[in-house]
Amino acid sequence: MTAKVITVTSGKGGVGKTTAVANLATALAMDGKRVVCIDGDIGLRNLDVVMGLENRIVYDLVDVIEGRCKLKQAMIRDKHLQDMYLIPAAQTRDKNAVSPSDMIRICNDLRAETDFVIIDSPAGIERGFRNSIAAADQVLIVTNPEVSAVRDADRVVGILEAEEKGNPSLIINRLNPTLVKNNDMLSAEDVLDLLGIRLIGIVPEDENVIIGSNRGTPIAADGKSRAGQAFRNIAKRLQGVDVPFMDLTPQSGLWNAIQRFAGRK
Amino acid sequence: MGFFSRKRSASSAKERLQLVLVHDRTDLTPGQLDELKDDLLKAISKYIEIDPEAVRIELEKDGREQRLVADIPLKNMPRHRAG
Repeated sequence: MTAKVITVTSGKGGVGKTTAVANLATALAMDGKRVVCIDGDIGLRNLDVVMGLENRIVYDLVDVIEGRCKLKQAMIRDKHLQDMYLIPAAQTRDKNAVSPSDMIRICNDLRAETDFVIIDSPAGIERGFRNSIAAADQVLIVTNPEVSAVRDADRVVGILEAEEKGNPSLIINRLNPTLVKNNDMLSAEDVLDLLGIRLIGIVPEDENVIIGSNRGTPIAADGKSRAGQAFRNIAKRLQGVDVPFMDLTPQSGLWNAIQRFAGRK
Repeated sequence: MGFFSRKRSASSAKERLQLVLVHDRTDLTPGQLDELKDDLLKAISKYIEIDPEAVRIELEKDGREQRLVADIPLKNMPRHRAG
């Protein structure tokens, strides 16, 4: 078996990369896939807390690279899902402790025994980002429907083109359907038209995402959450299943009720 | 500016991004683009007469491709007659 290595990146920070990694990994593991997540943000690790595994860390990525432990020893098994693992970033080292060839070597070692390796890239376009894309078979770019996030995403697409890293796919995260409807937020079509890359998923804004990371349980495991459903759909598409995009027209809410009352709908 | 005269913000976001992305991708500032236009017009004017007011030179985006599109109308010139 040969794993697919997927890197999740964005350019701008705070758009939801780590949340996307935790949720895609959870959804893939729920589909019975063997998944290993790697936190590529050396010095600013976060994937461990979002996945709720912060208390189980003994060894990290840099320990593996510098030979202080075996790869298997740095793989932390998830609390609920049997076949989901995390290799945490080192917290007290800097990004120069890792090189692109280290990442390629570790991913190649993981390929034989997993289905998916998902790398959480740091924000920016520096060393940590370069390390994170080095081993990628596929790159997912997370953006928000917002000017600075879209601009930075475009820079990253440009760099990936220059590095001949293939065609990245786009995740539009935190889309607010009501704002889009009122023409006060860029629509998914606008963002796609601007960036000119393939869409793999649209994730609606959902307060359950914050509740999930507070608890350390990604919302992909929550059957009712809309964002969770969106992440499960993306996970299916990563497995080559053709899933239709969710209907994101606003369905409820006070404003809609007022509009209906006023006879505008 | 009153609430109802406010332009919807998504449209201005898209228009602004369209411009910014073209300049980011080509690594060309609006100032440099103006210089390029002037140089281009000077070069063309050496050979044919053009109407500088009617010239349109723009960077356009087509998917992930950029192109420099120039529309340069020529001035109507009286034909030279022999004798």
